[in-house]
Formats: sequence, C-alpha cells, structure tokens
Amino acid sequence: MTVTTPLRGSAARPASAATPRRRRLTERRSKALAFIVLTAPMLLGLGLFRYVAIGWSFLLSFSEARRTIALGNWVGLDNYQELLADERFRDSLTMIVGFTALIVPLTFVASLALAVLVNRVRRGRSFFRTAFLLPAAVSYVAAAMIWKMALFSGVPSGLANTLGALFGADPTPWIQTQSPPLYWIVLVTLRLWLQVGLYMILFIAGLQSIPQHLYEAASLDGAGAWRTFRSITFPMLRNTSIAILLLMFIAALQAFDEFYAIFSTGASLGSEPVRTPLTHLYGVALQDQDYGVGSAGAFLLTLLIVLVTFLQGRILGFARDKD
Amino acid sequence: MNRYRGGALGSALTYLVLCLLAAVFLIPFYVLLRNAFMSTPEVTATDWHWLPSALNWDNFSSLFDNPERPFGRSIVNSLVIAVVTAPLSTLFASMAGYALARIAVPGRSAVLAVIVGTLMIPQAVTFLPTFVVVGSLGGVNTMWGLIAPGVFNAFAVVLFRSFYLSFPAEIEEAGRLDGLSYLGVYGRIILPNSTTMIASLGALSFIEAWNSFLWPLMIGQDPSSWTVQIALSSFLTSQTVNLPELFAGTVVAILPLVVMFLVAQRHIVQGIAMSGLKS
Repeated sequence: MTVTTPLRGSAARPASAATPRRRRLTERRSKALAFIVLTAPMLLGLGLFRYVAIGWSFLLSFSEARRTIALGNWVGLDNYQELLADERFRDSLTMIVGFTALIVPLTFVASLALAVLVNRVRRGRSFFRTAFLLPAAVSYVAAAMIWKMALFSGVPSGLANTLGALFGADPTPWIQTQSPPLYWIVLVTLRLWLQVGLYMILFIAGLQSIPQHLYEAASLDGAGAWRTFRSITFPMLRNTSIAILLLMFIAALQAFDEFYAIFSTGASLGSEPVRTPLTHLYGVALQDQDYGVGSAGAFLLTLLIVLVTFLQGRILGFARDKD
Repeated sequence: MNRYRGGALGSALTYLVLCLLAAVFLIPFYVLLRNAFMSTPEVTATDWHWLPSALNWDNFSSLFDNPERPFGRSIVNSLVIAVVTAPLSTLFASMAGYALARIAVPGRSAVLAVIVGTLMIPQAVTFLPTFVVVGSLGGVNTMWGLIAPGVFNAFAVVLFRSFYLSFPAEIEEAGRLDGLSYLGVYGRIILPNSTTMIASLGALSFIEAWNSFLWPLMIGQDPSSWTVQIALSSFLTSQTVNLPELFAGTVVAILPLVVMFLVAQRHIVQGIAMSGLKS
C-alpha cells in the first residue's frame, strides 16, 4: 500500500529539525486529536446506550415508574420486593436454574465429543464441520418454528409422532404436556441443535493447540484412546473448557427467544405456561409498562448471572490450585 | 495427524458415528424444505411422505402477498439493519481498538477501562435500560432505533486491540516517515491490512443483526418496522395459520445466512474461534 519516497522524506526533515520543540508540540496535538477522533464514536455510543441507560435504569428500579420513565417518585426497595413476591417471577427463576443445570452439561459433553470425533478424521473433516455448524446460522425463532410446527407438533403428522407411531405410540402433544413436562425435550433438543456446532468450533481450536508430541509420547507408551483423552486431551483443554462453560452459563441464563416463540400465544403476555426471567420482564415492561419493576428485574437477573459466574470461577479456581 | 488412535476399525467406527450424527443434524433442514413445498393437505397428512408430490411455489408467492403480514417489507428491514450494522460496528471497533493499541496518550488506560467495563453487564439485561433511553429519544418504530444500540460492540474493540498490539510497527513508522498523520496511517495502512479481521467480525455481526429478536420485538412494534424474525414469530400468534406458508417463510428467513455459512465459512469459523476464546 505505501510507497516510501525517500526524496520527500529528506526534504521534509531539515525544515522540521529547525524548530524541534514546535514539532513535538504539533506532534503531540495531532496524536491526541487522532486518539479522540478514533475512540469518540465508540465512547459516545457506549456512554449513551450502556452507561446512561444502565444508570437511569438503576435509578428507575428504586422509583415508582408505571407508564413513565421519569424519575422522582422514590419508593426504595418496593419494586424488588414486589417482584420477589410475584410467584410467576419466582417460578421463572426456578425454571431457568433448572434449564441451565440441564442444558449446560449436555451442550458441554456433546460439543466436546463432536470436536474430538471431527478432529480425528482426516477425510471429510470440513463436511462434518459444516454439517454441525450449519444450525448456528438459524435463528432461535426459525428453529422454534421447525421444532413447534414440524418436528414436535402435537398432530400425527409431526416427525416425532410419526416416529412414535412406528412403535405403536399415540400422537403426543409435546409442547402442551405439562406432566410429565415433555416440553423439556423440545427446548433442550432445539438449543443443543443450534449451539453445539459453535462450541465444537471452539473446542477444535483448543484441540489443535495441544502439542502433537504429547500424543506421540502417549502412543509410544501404548496408551489407548480413552486413556489419552483423560490424561492429555481433557487436562490440556482446561482453559478452553473454563471459557466455554462461562459462555454457556451466560447464554442459558439469558434464554428468551425460543421460549417466547414456542410458548407465547399472542393473547396476553404473561399467560405463557413456561417462562424465563427475561420473558417475564418483557411482559412487565411492554404489557404493564412498569419500568420500575422491570428495571429491578434486570438487576436481579444480572445478580444471578454474576453469582453463577463467580461460583464457577471459585469452584474451577480451587480445582486448579490443587494441581 | 493423531497417530495414537487404534487402527482401521476405530476409524471406520468414527466415520459411522459422525455420518449418523450429521444426518440427525441435517434432518430439521430436510423436513423444513419438504414442508415448504408441500400443499396444506400434504403437510397435515397422517401418513409420511418423503417428498412433496409437486413443488408448490405458491407457498412463497402467497407469503409475499399476505397484506396482514408485510413479509417482503420485513426482509428489506432486516437487510438494511444487517447491512448497516455489520460495517459500522466493525469500523468503530477497529478505530477504537487501533487507538487503544497504538496511540499512546495520557488517559488511554482509563478509556480502555470504560470500554471494557461495559462487558461486565450481561447483554440481555441491558435491553430494558436501552429501551428506556431509545424510547425517550423517540426511537420506537424507527430504523435508527433498531440499528443504533447494536453498532457499539465493546468486545470487538478488545479483539481488534489485541490484533493491533501484534501488528508490525515498521509499517506504521514507514507511513509516518512518509508524512502521513496518525489518522492517515490508520486509514491508508492499518485499515487495508485488517481485512481478515474485518471480514470475520463483520460476518458475525451480520449474523447477529439478522437473527436478533428481543430488541426488534421491543422497538419495532408497528408492522412497518418489523424485522424478518418478528414477521416469522407473528405466524405463531395469529389465529389461522397457513402451514406451508409458515414453512416457506422460515426457509426465506434462514436462507441468506445458510448461504453465507456455506460461502464464507472460513471467516465465520475464524471469527467464532477468535471471539469465543478471548473471553
């Protein structure tokens, strides 16, 4: 790109050497100017949409703010108390903790297993990688349409019911059945399908950074595949695993899209049988237009996420100390 | 590569398992495509059909003709949002990342802390605060309201910064000696040499903008400002559903990104690996 012309450079230098102090000053000024110009868009944007927004919302959470976003009607911790006393919000918290406890280990094991398998084959590796990654191109809403209306629809023509009929089972309303809660199968398979490929890519990147000579040594020692995985691969993926677990926890606790798409009826927000904290807060903010309680909920959810990531750090941190 | 694995039998078994799993992963795509071309009686038939008896392109034309659901408009909206968001968000992140990595001025670490600080708050939790701000600025049902909050990606700044930290300094110095200002060095030398980073993060940003749901659900309340995801979800809340049309809509909604995944997979994989492991 650049063409260095020595002629121009040597012509410019004697002139500026005459006033070195002045040159340093303009140099410093142009440096500062460039820094300001380059960082200004980001700082203004984050300032408005993150700092001002979160600060305002924090104040709203201590304020009575129904159908208004004006501050001033201070009510202390009332919004927090109201929300925690709301059985539907408490249910949504229980729901999301259960969902996270189920989906995170499943996604972790499945994506690690896929990564190891795909990384083992020589021919067709890119085909398999594409096949497993392709669902990541699909939005949660689109996946929810496929899952709700085609794979797990309650009518006999749904794929799950068609398969069930082969074994003589009656058509099952997968999404509507509350006891036993069959909708968990729908939610979990949808998220697995959509996310496993992404995490597999991360694990493959981790696998490829493991020094090859470790495997050669293990092979010389006659270690089998499982033994090699347990004593080389898994320990060497430690940092990758911790980072991936963190991403998985945060993603699961913020679940919204597929829950909304699968369970919302459009009749009335807040009447869905299965709700996450975020679906609940969406109803509070848009249906009730109660921005005070909604803001309080946003901070409670933040607290939950911070707590979980902190616990994860502590537990895995201790495990490292023992090594 | 991995010489430790046990022989031909193990290898054949690996292939078998992978082929089975790949088939399972591709089944939802197959069922979706099949349904999108079927007629209503075929979709709801109790006996299984592997393929539609004829390709019903009508499903797609009725999708775009339905006056109650402006599907075509929603596709245009989503395209505009993604096409604006992807380059802007990568450009802003690259600019800030370069300044933070290479232009030493007093207060630089404070600016870095301000930007990194926003990463501590989980993304989805900011939706209500941002709604409050954008709403008070009159951004409901507007294109800028749909686009603006997604343009500022602090995480991409961190990625660009670490990329520029390892950028060879000689090239910059040559540019400086050549009489370029700091901004000139950035525009003429740095930016043209960041194309792989920009392609990877731009692709991810495009995907995110196209697939985003919660934010357009809050801001784009009027059907004229629906995105494709909102239009899609409106199938699930409407009283009567034309099933083949619903599946045709789903195909249209995911097609651009599936094509992009197939064409630009290398960039996307790079982008995912980069942003996942730096966190």
